Amino acid sequence: MTFVRPVFRHPESPKNKLGYTRKFYEGALSTLCAGCGHDSVSGAIIQACFEMAVEPHRVAKLSGIGCSSKTPTYFLANSHGFNSVHGRMPSVATGAYLANRDLMYIGVSGDGDSASIGMGQFVHAIRRNLNITYIIMNNGCYGLTKGQDSATADKGSVNKTGAANMYNAIDMAGLALELGATFIARSFSGDKEQLIPMIKAAMSHPGFALIDVVSPCVTFNNNVGSTKSYDYTREHMEATAAVDFVPMMTEITTEYNEGDAVTVPLHDGSLIHLSKLAKDWDPRDRQSAVNRLYQAKAQGEILTGLIYIDTESRDLHSILHTTEQPLNLVEQHQLCPGSTVLEQINAGLR
Amino acid sequence: MNPTNIQDPEYFHKVVDCQYACPAHTPVPAYIRLIAAERYTEAYMINWESNVFPGVLGRTCDRPCEPACRRVRVEEEPVAICRLKRVAADFKGDVKALMPQGPFTPNGKKIALIGGGPASLTVARDLAPLGYEIHLFDEQPAGGGMMRSQIPSFRLPESVLDEEVGYILDLGIHTQFLTYVSSMREILRQGYDAIFVGTGAPRGRDLADLPGRMEAGANVRIGIEFLAGVAFEHTTNIGKKVIVLGGGNTAMDCCRTSLRLGGDAVKVVVRSPKTDMKASPWEIEDAEHEGIPIYENHVPKSFVIENGKLVGMKFEKVQAVYGENGKRNLVPTGEPEVFLEADDVLIAVGQENAFPWIERDLGIDFDKWEIPVLDKKTFQSTLPQVFFGGDAAMGPKNVITAVAQGHSAAVSIDLYCSEKDIQQRPSPYTNLIHQKMGIHEWMYESDVAPDLRFKVPHADKAKSLKDRLLEVELGFNPETALKEAHRCLNCDVQTIFTTARCIECDACVDICPTSCITFTENDTEETLRTQLNAPAHEWSQDLYVSTELPTKRVMIKDENVCLHCGLCAERCPTAAWDMQKYLYNTAKAGGIKYS
Repeated sequence: MTFVRPVFRHPESPKNKLGYTRKFYEGALSTLCAGCGHDSVSGAIIQACFEMAVEPHRVAKLSGIGCSSKTPTYFLANSHGFNSVHGRMPSVATGAYLANRDLMYIGVSGDGDSASIGMGQFVHAIRRNLNITYIIMNNGCYGLTKGQDSATADKGSVNKTGAANMYNAIDMAGLALELGATFIARSFSGDKEQLIPMIKAAMSHPGFALIDVVSPCVTFNNNVGSTKSYDYTREHMEATAAVDFVPMMTEITTEYNEGDAVTVPLHDGSLIHLSKLAKDWDPRDRQSAVNRLYQAKAQGEILTGLIYIDTESRDLHSILHTTEQPLNLVEQHQLCPGSTVLEQINAGLR
Repeated sequence: MNPTNIQDPEYFHKVVDCQYACPAHTPVPAYIRLIAAERYTEAYMINWESNVFPGVLGRTCDRPCEPACRRVRVEEEPVAICRLKRVAADFKGDVKALMPQGPFTPNGKKIALIGGGPASLTVARDLAPLGYEIHLFDEQPAGGGMMRSQIPSFRLPESVLDEEVGYILDLGIHTQFLTYVSSMREILRQGYDAIFVGTGAPRGRDLADLPGRMEAGANVRIGIEFLAGVAFEHTTNIGKKVIVLGGGNTAMDCCRTSLRLGGDAVKVVVRSPKTDMKASPWEIEDAEHEGIPIYENHVPKSFVIENGKLVGMKFEKVQAVYGENGKRNLVPTGEPEVFLEADDVLIAVGQENAFPWIERDLGIDFDKWEIPVLDKKTFQSTLPQVFFGGDAAMGPKNVITAVAQGHSAAVSIDLYCSEKDIQQRPSPYTNLIHQKMGIHEWMYESDVAPDLRFKVPHADKAKSLKDRLLEVELGFNPETALKEAHRCLNCDVQTIFTTARCIECDACVDICPTSCITFTENDTEETLRTQLNAPAHEWSQDLYVSTELPTKRVMIKDENVCLHCGLCAERCPTAAWDMQKYLYNTAKAGGIKYS
């Protein structure tokens, strides 16, 4: 029985600038279904943090409820973690972030956690531009409760029971764009070549960085007719493998080709297109990103890669003009400077 | 790269490093698992089929398997394979009932075996059950060859050797002990269908040219002759001060035997640096543990005789200088000669084959070094009915090599006597067995124990130095054996990849503790080895390459440091990875199976 990962690693495991091997960034062995896309996203987070030589004690990982929200246990075992209430991760993250601006925040959520029960929290976190990397492991279903369609399931997508989804999907990237998010990307759990640099870019971004990751549910939504299955997405990976566009990150090694689209016929005869970012499309221009996203939606394409970035992003602490010092380190004499200072302030108001 | 052909029996054989390194290709992980299950008898029989002398080899084997052990590449110390073999021998039940039971129906063929050592006994074991009438000749009073005459009892108790030699002789071998064969012509004349020569390397090298050698007389002895004299109790004492010349295992046996015969200032003197000594590291360790100093870089120059009696030896001090091609030169340091006192000197500087009894006009060709000309695969000499094996065939090696050659020669003899082409060797017996039982359960112990190698307990030094028959190593008890057995990585449980089932979810890549698995575009091996998820410089270890996947990529697994933990298969949602136990057994004569 192998429920424990062996202690041995490759004897020549590379070390990062801090002298740590990748092992130092791993977590407990996953208890998710074998082949779950979420495990690959965890793997990408581990690799990104290892490559960036992040100090593990400077990371806080927060999550809500759901398969996706279990994953922080499976990466960065040496970092801080908070598994919060269903859908309330953005609120808990807001509090944590206000108290300690020195940590790097990774919020992990799912399509149920963010697009349904936690929608209110999600939108306000974007509006306030928390400095957080917000990863949605999006599988279009409620994997933890036997795979009911979620709010991000595409209309017409067929789940394991054979029923097609009757409702329109919420596009989390489009929503974030509308709400003024400052970093919006979409990726696929099976494309680490794209996902890892994307996570690195998001973690480097000062502000709310959303990565909507298509992460197939191998158990309940990996059937023919599903628009979030491995088979379906794999067919597109040929095209998306070339898509990798993360500006301002020198680490990116993948090549960026000029905009063309790939049409892949599905079993039911419908078509789906996968776009690459066009050369004349500036990801720093929100209007052009909105147009492109709507255009892709209208044409039935899945747009992966970086969608929008605001290079002038100002995070919540900048907006609030809070002290540079983390609030949890502010001493009592600074918080309560005494009656003399109070009198001066009052005098200034007279 | 081309997709790996896993149908080739040698591919997965190579992955089982210990078995591949073993000259007899004993299925090591298979018997270690049986030991872990306390099924010692079956573990013994797997060994007996393959290496014929599990009890002997479990104590004395040169262990080519251990440096090859995968554990060395991921941890440090190999699994104590050799000592686990001994555990099977120590705790086995009734094995005799599982061995071929005679009398066997005669097939009308008569075979002569010259020499009663491990090679000849292996031939006897393999051929007797097929109905051959076997006549074994040896000049010693009992079978075993060098295992009896050269390996001291404190390393190999006589009872263990007698038992395992007995299993073979009880198959109905016609033995003619105390019979020195002085003429091959005479043997040929007796009309045997085939003759096997397993006479070992009986001649110990002397240092006849060294000044004083003649005058020193009986106080200078050849190491293997000394050991044989002790074994057969012709020699019962030695002087207080003893010098042993040589750095091989024979030298280690000579010095430790000297201690037990009354020597109290025993020294080993070697020409080379200690690091270049030929003796197995553990034998050197055991000698040093008994307080024997090893003088390195001392080249013997002369025997010093005073009043017609040996009093010591003079040595020149040298240092090793390595040339560009790695060739070693021992260069004198210019220091004055070193004198070491000695009452007796034992020379253990190598041994060689000697065939004074084979007439050179019989059609058996010898090369310029007086080594018989043989077919490397069949061990057939230039006289078709004469075969060689063991040290007699290709110079001194070790017991396990002799056994392996005995098996090959037996196959050849059987083919020859059946009038078949002896170049057409039978294929190995192989089998792949699915190991999955449940979501997290496999039919083998897949978890990887982090334990370090367990030490084998030794007998009390003071006691064992007084009694040359008292075995020094005590062997593992069952509890420690179980723990040591769990260190085995089960390299024979293979990772089998089925391209058609793979959905490229990356689960295996993410879970693999040693980052062996990579999905990438195909390329040449040179390029691929630099582009995998982890370094793959070890060219002797294969890359397992799949056929092309739907994304035009291939799966590449570096076999080098795979822990065989099965996590890839466990995390695979479609069973594209599967763990399958691979059994590889070299074919024995007549296709007979013993376990």
